[in-house]
Amino acid sequence: MEVKQISLFLENKKGRLSEALDVLAKADINIRALSIADTSDFGILRLIVPDPDKAKKVLTKSSFTVRESDVIAVGVSDKPGGLASVLKLLTDADINVEYMYAFVEKSGEKAVVVLRTDSISNGKKALKKAGVTVLSSRDVYGL
Amino acid sequence: MFWQKDIEMISRRALEELQLKRLKQTVRQAYKNIPFYKEHFSKLHIQPKDITSLKDIRKLPFTTREDLREYYPFGMLAVTKEQVVRLHTSSGTTGKPKAIFFTKKDVDRAAELIARCLIMTGVAKGDVLQNMMTYGLFTGALVMHYGAEKVGVLVIPAGPGNTKRQIALMQDFKTTTLHITPSYALYLATVMQNEGLDPQKDFSLRRAYLGSEPYSEETRKKIEKFFHIDVYNSYGLSEMNGPGVAFECREKNGMHLWEDNFIMEVIDPDTGETKPDGEKGELVLTTLYREAMPILRYRTRDITRILPGKCKCGRTHRRISRIIGRTDDMIIVRGVNIFPQQIERVLMGVKAVAQNYQIVLESYDQMTVRVEIVKELFDGKVDHLVNLRNEITEKIRSEILVRPKVELLEPGTLPVSEGKAIRVIDKRTL
Repeated sequence: MEVKQISLFLENKKGRLSEALDVLAKADINIRALSIADTSDFGILRLIVPDPDKAKKVLTKSSFTVRESDVIAVGVSDKPGGLASVLKLLTDADINVEYMYAFVEKSGEKAVVVLRTDSISNGKKALKKAGVTVLSSRDVYGL
Repeated sequence: MFWQKDIEMISRRALEELQLKRLKQTVRQAYKNIPFYKEHFSKLHIQPKDITSLKDIRKLPFTTREDLREYYPFGMLAVTKEQVVRLHTSSGTTGKPKAIFFTKKDVDRAAELIARCLIMTGVAKGDVLQNMMTYGLFTGALVMHYGAEKVGVLVIPAGPGNTKRQIALMQDFKTTTLHITPSYALYLATVMQNEGLDPQKDFSLRRAYLGSEPYSEETRKKIEKFFHIDVYNSYGLSEMNGPGVAFECREKNGMHLWEDNFIMEVIDPDTGETKPDGEKGELVLTTLYREAMPILRYRTRDITRILPGKCKCGRTHRRISRIIGRTDDMIIVRGVNIFPQQIERVLMGVKAVAQNYQIVLESYDQMTVRVEIVKELFDGKVDHLVNLRNEITEKIRSEILVRPKVELLEPGTLPVSEGKAIRVIDKRTL
């Protein structure tokens, strides 16, 4: 199972972000990792949660604009150059990273990074081939 | 199909003779019975006998909506109060109302014009018309209602709003024809979509009449495509009976204005000069066949043009283009005249934005266009949204020559209209 990410369109309106987080809180959904991409007048909130389907459902019900998409989660050695080496692998394989963000928590000794590459399957293949720990959805949601 | 073939196909010459005869009557009737006109005639040093040709109409004074307001409630009445059977007031989009009276004959004549319009678009006995305009003081629903009954179709006086009930009525009674505002039609489409209804399979719709708000050709196409129906443009205003003044035939290329009932002129709104056919300007209408309230050269404030040339349907009554805007909807930004419909036209051509939009004016050199994105087309990518915003900005700029600020909104953010939509929010203070 691919790791699912929830993307949320947020218009530039006071309190809109906290409204979204409120919906998740009320549904008892814990956020494992998040990132916000913003422009001058709108933003996209990206989330990793333990139950993405449920999160999508409750957010949609509260009239948010939501999209579920696949991402890759990798375990990266928690030391200088750990992430750089993973990215170099992808660059060498001619795979583009659209965006990435990190988990707060670790998986064992490794830091967890969420990557969105132009092709998820090629990205995964390249990473696995080079021996990078690619986490399953179960690993990630359980963090 | 024709309701009154002889008059709808009348030769131009016979039509003009009829117009002149009725114009003379109208002028006499207004002069004799309405002090407002008598006063204005003497100011201009004219008398009814000075009207000897159709061109002489240019000698007559204009009537404005301010005049109708000033002489509210009975000042523009040409008959006694005992002779009138119905009162409407103008839709009151702006300011104090105008009172419009009908005698029994006026009610019937207005219905005749509607009957022509319905038959012209292929309505026949057995059709079911769901009338989603507001019943009451507004002419939109009642005038259509009477005309439809005259034709002999089943009329469902649903009025606007309560969309779930509208849908149930449409399904239960197999509605074939809608009379609806464009903004409500778009909203209805959204609700049907959300309910998972298929407009083609789950309904018996064949056509809709859209009126009371200006809208663009792109909106028509969008509605036609969604509902799988023919959409006909309808034009009217309370001061001129309401709907049925001008209506599209099945050619859907401009609205035939019933010239045996009205004389139309298109003028330059600033100078009052008459424009030749084909040129844009303000539509000015004179009633030719009304008892209670003859109105001379009424400034409609609607911007349109008379379409030159004959219509394939064979009707000789000239056509006007869809309403391009209203002189009072016109907004000026950086010295450029802009109609909201121009912006609507652009937005309707962009797939990823929804139907609802709003124009916000905060200063004289900046306008903000707020549009909702389409939920299904959101893919979570920032660059797609940025490209979308840039695309809209550029398309609007090339249409109106002013670069707007475009804001992308979440679907459902803008107020939904079940009546007339408020498209422009002007926060500028003088």
